[in-house]
Amino acid sequence: MKIIVPVKRVIDYNVKPRVKADGTGVDLANVKMSMNPFDEIAVEEALRLKEKGAATEVVVVSIGPAKAQETLRTALAMGADRAILIEAEDVEPLGVAKLLAKVQEEELAGLIILGKQAIDNDCNQTGQMLAALLGRPQGTFASKVEVEGDSVSVTREVDGGLETVKLTLPAIVTTDLRLNEPRYASLPNIMKAKSKPLAQKTPADYGVDISPRLETLKVVEPPVRQAGIKVADVDELVAKLKAMGVAA
Amino acid sequence: MKTLVWVEHDNASVKDATLAAVTAASKLGEVHLLVAGSGCAAAASAAAQIAGVGKVHVADDAAFANALPENVAPLIVELMSHHDAFIAPATSNGKNIAPRVAALLDVMQISDILSVESEDTFTRPTYAGNAIATVKSKDAKKVITVRGTAFEKADATGGSGTVEAVSSTGDKGLSSFIGSEIAKMERPELTSAKIIVSGGRALKDGDTFKANIFPLADKLGAAVGASRAAVDAGYVPNDYQVGQTGKIVAPEVYVAIGISGAIQHLAGMKDSKTIIAINKDEDAPIFQVADIGLVGDLFKIVPELTEKL
Ligand SMILES: Cc1cc2nc3c(=O)[nH]c(=O)nc-3n(C[C@H](O)[C@H](O)[C@H](O)COP(=O)(O)OP(=O)(O)OC[C@H]3O[C@@H](n4cnc5c(N)ncnc54)[C@H](O)[C@@H]3O)c2cc1C
Ligand SMILES: Cc1cc2nc3c(=O)[nH]c(=O)nc-3n(C[C@H](O)[C@H](O)[C@H](O)COP(=O)(O)OP(=O)(O)OC[C@H]3O[C@@H](n4cnc5c(N)ncnc54)[C@H](O)[C@@H]3O)c2cc1C
Repeated sequence: MKIIVPVKRVIDYNVKPRVKADGTGVDLANVKMSMNPFDEIAVEEALRLKEKGAATEVVVVSIGPAKAQETLRTALAMGADRAILIEAEDVEPLGVAKLLAKVQEEELAGLIILGKQAIDNDCNQTGQMLAALLGRPQGTFASKVEVEGDSVSVTREVDGGLETVKLTLPAIVTTDLRLNEPRYASLPNIMKAKSKPLAQKTPADYGVDISPRLETLKVVEPPVRQAGIKVADVDELVAKLKAMGVAA
Repeated sequence: MKTLVWVEHDNASVKDATLAAVTAASKLGEVHLLVAGSGCAAAASAAAQIAGVGKVHVADDAAFANALPENVAPLIVELMSHHDAFIAPATSNGKNIAPRVAALLDVMQISDILSVESEDTFTRPTYAGNAIATVKSKDAKKVITVRGTAFEKADATGGSGTVEAVSSTGDKGLSSFIGSEIAKMERPELTSAKIIVSGGRALKDGDTFKANIFPLADKLGAAVGASRAAVDAGYVPNDYQVGQTGKIVAPEVYVAIGISGAIQHLAGMKDSKTIIAINKDEDAPIFQVADIGLVGDLFKIVPELTEKL
């Protein structure tokens, strides 16, 4: 069984995003970019399934600028077998899902593992949309994934706790934080990754219309919260809580 | 405009998150509801009482028992032939179902909206709430999820919706529900609590977390939350996590104990009315957003505070 893992290049999670002064978006010039953390978890899960013998090949796909090659190389260095870059900028989740559906038509993977959300746009949509377009089941927000014959059982992090669903393969899974702890790529593997295959495509190769449906009118910073006061001790805190009516 | 709202329910009663979604929908025009479940008549009649609602579509079938998106999305798509917009609360069910509906309708979803500016324009948070985007949708139909803390709750009573049964679109045979481990709630629910006491990595382990955080929460009648670090380390289950990738909360009072204030955590709680922080590091970023800060060792402060309340 083949596994596809879509990976996205996003602002590094340690960087505090700054809105551009002209209100057109977030300033990404000279900002550290990394693989979306949820996608590292997705790559790790695919590799573990391969190491357990449940999968034979791990293919990573990114839709993004030419620089997204770095992200794909990171995934290859972690252990993925080959990569596909579909070069396009600012594609919305619906367009990304349509492109991934075309990739799946060619690759016929048994499992497609995505992140549950990208930390830049926080959409939390792509996996569910892909599942819909392919007419296949989805196990979102996964904290445990077990392949059993022609099905996969997925434990999901939901509002009240955990729930488990069983899906017929091929299926789509999206990762939550506690699925695994991604490995670091070793130096020899980073070197090896340089010679792994990376195919370069365009949306036109797949005949997909990715014109945006949403227009961003403006982007602003949220109102800033001002730091308040510091109290000296518990008695003062209790007095404050009483004044607020929180404590009797 | 006619909007269909997905009702979050447990077959017996309607969950609070639905009420905020109804308020958002009412800003677009006529509000209709969908109660999909199994043995959900009680939830349907509760939904019909929500102020301002028109029709309540009820789909009662075993296929809808656990809100499996493979079964629910086709039902919604069918109902969307006579609605202009679909709205779901940004709960784990809403987030699971809405994008599936959107793709089937060939619509780009607008996630987690904070406000309705007009029939086609909305604001939504991006980059962990560090950038608020105003977006305009060019799609003929809209698919939207709603951030519960951004809208007032509609009144749960006073409405007189008409309940109408719709026929089931059946079980698509793609997925099945195996089981769940839903923690019994002894305290208020995080997303609707007035007061939240949250603990972070500093709480050391599960027993220490419980021994310090729970008594204080109970004194205040508060819900209990946690940082990702505390959840990852297993002090408390996943459903306690507050933040960009956990639950978004905005209570009257949020007490952060032994939490540093990483942007991912702040994204989930910085709209709280009053933030109180207890941390031994006076430079911890949490103090930059806290209204009231107390610098010191939580293992001395928290027991003393619980005692004196
Ligand atoms: C209003 C708007 C403004 C935008 N502005 C910018 C911008 O300023 N800069 C910019 O770079 N992009 C921008 N984009 C495009 C954006 O980065 C995304 O490609 C798109 O919105 C996906 O959203 P998401 O990543 O939040 O999706 P999610 O549904 O949250 O992503 C979930 C998962 O899907 C997969 N995935 C998502 N996108 C890709 C991808 N491109 N390649 C491979 N896998 C993927 C990953 O596994 C990811 O974890 C914008 C999009 C919109 C709608
Ligand atoms: C993709 C991604 C998503 C994430 N999503 C979330 C999310 O949704 N929610 C979230 O919370 N985090 C999230 N994080 C993690 C986040 O970046 C931080 O790592 C996390 O919030 C830190 O938790 P903490 O504040 O408990 O721990 P720490 O940062 O280790 O802080 C512990 C604090 O306790 C204080 N302390 C220690 N001992 C004492 C004592 N005795 N008395 C008083 N104070 C003491 C310290 O001074 C310190 O400030 C995410 C990270 C990533 C990469």
